[in-house]
Amino acid sequence: MDLEYGPEYQEFTKEVQSFCKKYEGLSFTDGSNNPLGSSGGSGGPKMSRSEWQKTLIENGYFARSVPKEYGGYGGEADILKSRIIAAEFSKSNTPGPMGGQGIDMLVPTLLEMGTKEQKEAYIKPTLHGEMIWCQGYSEPNAGSDLASLQTKGELVGDEWVINGQKIWTSTAQYSQMCFCLVRTEPDAPKHAGISYLLIPMDTPGIEIRPLVDMTLKAGFNEVFFTDVKIPASNIVGKRGEGWAVANATLGHERGSLAPPDATMNRVNMLMHLMKEETLDGKPLIEHPIYRDRLMQIQGKVLAQQSHALRLLSAKLNPGADVKIGKMIQKLTGTELRHELEGLAIDVMGEIGTLYENSPHLKNDGTWQFIYMYFLGLIIGGGTSQIQKNIIAERGLGMPKEPKVEGA
Amino acid sequence: MYFGLSEEQSFFQDNVRKYLEEYATIDNIKHIANGDEKNLSAEIHQGLLNLGINALLIPEEFGGLGLDLLFAAVVSEALGGGVGPIPFIAPYVMAPTAIKHAGSKTQQENYLSKIATNEYRFGVGFTEFIGKRNDAGITFSDHSLNGRAMFVLDANDATHLLLADEKGQIFVVDAKSSNIEIVKLTTVDKTRQYSEVICKNLEAELLENSSDSINPINQAIDAGRIMLAADSLGASQTMIDKAVDYAKERKQFGRAIGSFQAVKHMCAEMAADLEPCYALVWHAAHCHDHSPAEARLMACHAKAHVSEMAKGIAKKATEVHGGMGFTDLLGLHYWFKRIGLNRQILGSPELVREEAYKTQV
Ligand SMILES: Cc1cc2nc3c(=O)[nH]c(=O)nc-3n(C[C@H](O)[C@H](O)[C@H](O)COP(=O)(O)OP(=O)(O)OC[C@H]3O[C@@H](n4cnc5c(N)ncnc54)[C@H](O)[C@@H]3O)c2cc1C
Ligand SMILES: Cc1cc2nc3c(=O)[nH]c(=O)nc-3n(C[C@H](O)[C@H](O)[C@H](O)COP(=O)(O)OP(=O)(O)OC[C@H]3O[C@@H](n4cnc5c(N)ncnc54)[C@H](O)[C@@H]3O)c2cc1C
Repeated sequence: MDLEYGPEYQEFTKEVQSFCKKYEGLSFTDGSNNPLGSSGGSGGPKMSRSEWQKTLIENGYFARSVPKEYGGYGGEADILKSRIIAAEFSKSNTPGPMGGQGIDMLVPTLLEMGTKEQKEAYIKPTLHGEMIWCQGYSEPNAGSDLASLQTKGELVGDEWVINGQKIWTSTAQYSQMCFCLVRTEPDAPKHAGISYLLIPMDTPGIEIRPLVDMTLKAGFNEVFFTDVKIPASNIVGKRGEGWAVANATLGHERGSLAPPDATMNRVNMLMHLMKEETLDGKPLIEHPIYRDRLMQIQGKVLAQQSHALRLLSAKLNPGADVKIGKMIQKLTGTELRHELEGLAIDVMGEIGTLYENSPHLKNDGTWQFIYMYFLGLIIGGGTSQIQKNIIAERGLGMPKEPKVEGA
Repeated sequence: MYFGLSEEQSFFQDNVRKYLEEYATIDNIKHIANGDEKNLSAEIHQGLLNLGINALLIPEEFGGLGLDLLFAAVVSEALGGGVGPIPFIAPYVMAPTAIKHAGSKTQQENYLSKIATNEYRFGVGFTEFIGKRNDAGITFSDHSLNGRAMFVLDANDATHLLLADEKGQIFVVDAKSSNIEIVKLTTVDKTRQYSEVICKNLEAELLENSSDSINPINQAIDAGRIMLAADSLGASQTMIDKAVDYAKERKQFGRAIGSFQAVKHMCAEMAADLEPCYALVWHAAHCHDHSPAEARLMACHAKAHVSEMAKGIAKKATEVHGGMGFTDLLGLHYWFKRIGLNRQILGSPELVREEAYKTQV
């Protein structure tokens, strides 16, 4: 066990800290209309989101190991430096980079499996926040059973012609592009008939209908495709290999949904709130039942933080057995965050139910919002039940469900 | 940066594990639990002494191995995994830790070197410092102790005991004195020993540095709590392994019960609950030696959190075995009960979480 990063990294930590200090309270000139990043702070410098993305990249605090030719910083992949950057930004009052499905899922996928032309065309504008992507996987009849998707793609001349419907497509209404799973080989077995296509969202024949979710925001959409024509070259991997390409991106998504450091920040915020808010004249923290529930959750989050260190170490020192350790992340991370946000609502009681712009709202209503938002993340990206199937079957080697005829 | 066990730690752990697999078989555990093979426990104990479990934490200057608490934690995990029917936490972890922190140089020399040579074996009774039940409690005056300590760990075969008063002062007493009465307590966990100790004008030696600071006793309690967490971690892993194996073999309705999603999800939940506990226990053990600012918080949370996860695992793993899980024949209950004791000893989760909170105000 050696938790020291070494002198080089201490130096690096200081660099990141002074960078964060310099841009403390940064706010965005293009407001909070971009759904993929924090809304910024106040009292600091002002710039557009895209300028901020570029500043972060120039300094190596974002897209660190993405090659320069594709718009990245072009540094060596350094897991510890990435962790230091994330940790220091999350401690500071300086907004981090934008996230979203383009940056978190598509870019790593293209780097791994895209053609040179695709990398050149898409990675840079995506990193700069100028090209937003949505993920067109789920369909009305293909959710957990994603491989049963039916949206059809036919190669006619040098174009794909796409017909069908996607649903639950997050951020489609803001997106320039969609990475989409489409059935291109109708006669092949279920998993072998799918291709991974890149579809410009302004192509004629695409109709987007926003769907309001329980938080009362239009977090996702229905997307209809009618004779949508895109170039034949807009495919990642080969025809019929889309399932493997998609699985690579699912892996990227599952790891990034609920990082324990962010959850610990919320635990600390809740502790602060419980010292400020009173019930019957006493701070909430002095009510033993609420205090114990907070401590219970703090213990769980500490366990996940330690676990994240173990996984980090396994990346640095290949060979450690963390197979199950990785599989549990999506399940345990999203469930715990939901539980924590729910605890904040419980300790506030009636006040915890206030929403939108109500008087007496605490912390901008984030507890109530994130409580619901994380229920969405528990369902999206592979439900908790599907995660348990994966842990049991692939992690513990338990027997598969008997096959149903025709499924 | 490396977060995990060293090769030496894994190797030592494997040795303890293999030793227990060979000698602490389920039949032997049953004999020990039923009390019909008096020497068996001592023989198993001796075998592990031969590996050096008594000397792990003793500094080299006193003839020990001078290893850190993480080393002891991996041993404790292996003992939990095999329901090792031997004393470990009190004599070889809590006592050395207490004496290291509370003893004067002379006291350290007197006692630590004899733990290393196995001449002295300590039982530990600090329960009343953590949470005093009913009329228990020890008082010190005129160089002697009076009163009663409950749930003293590993007192039966001890040469000496460490007892504490409410203020956290630690005393060494002779376990064979005529002024001491050691009453065996029968708990559900028959793999380890718990006693009540009654002192009447019992001559006692105060460990000098515990007279004006509760740090030494807290250090010992933290170390003990991390060991209990590690023991429950090992015990839980064994229960999961047994449940998964059973679910793959056992058939009902024409298929392995492990193919029913109700069973599968119980197993997945157990694995998801336990997996982060490894990192928490290792991290807590590491902080105990290398990061004093976080040490207490980590030890408390390790004890409380692993206890909670282990309780759920003990229940679910038993359920996966159906009626067999409930039997004495299968012996799964030894792990269930060991987890049950670990949860209450040195502070139940609620008490320990309250202490975790107090480190943050
Ligand atoms: C907030 C949010 C954002 C999303 N964003 C996107 C997006 O951007 N792009 C995209 O393509 N999709 C997105 N999704 C869709 C998401 O991937 C699906 O909702 C999810 O995979 C579940 O599919 P479903 O909704 O069809 O539910 P179903 O698959 O119908 O599941 C219903 C219930 O049945 C259970 N169930 C189903 N199969 C099994 C099984 N084999 N074993 C046990 N239980 C089972 C499920 O666990 C669930 O409880 C999003 C969803 C949410 C909630
Ligand atoms: C205290 C006690 C008293 C008893 N007394 C009597 C008695 O007086 N007379 C008598 O005849 N019997 C008695 N029994 C037996 C009892 O009815 C069985 O133990 C029980 O029906 C479970 O069967 P099993 O033990 O074979 O477990 P199994 O059927 O092998 O079950 C093992 C596990 O698999 C799960 N499982 C099995 N099938 C499915 C499925 N289709 N879907 C989901 N999960 C499944 C079970 O829930 C369990 O978790 C007693 C049992 C106990 C524990």
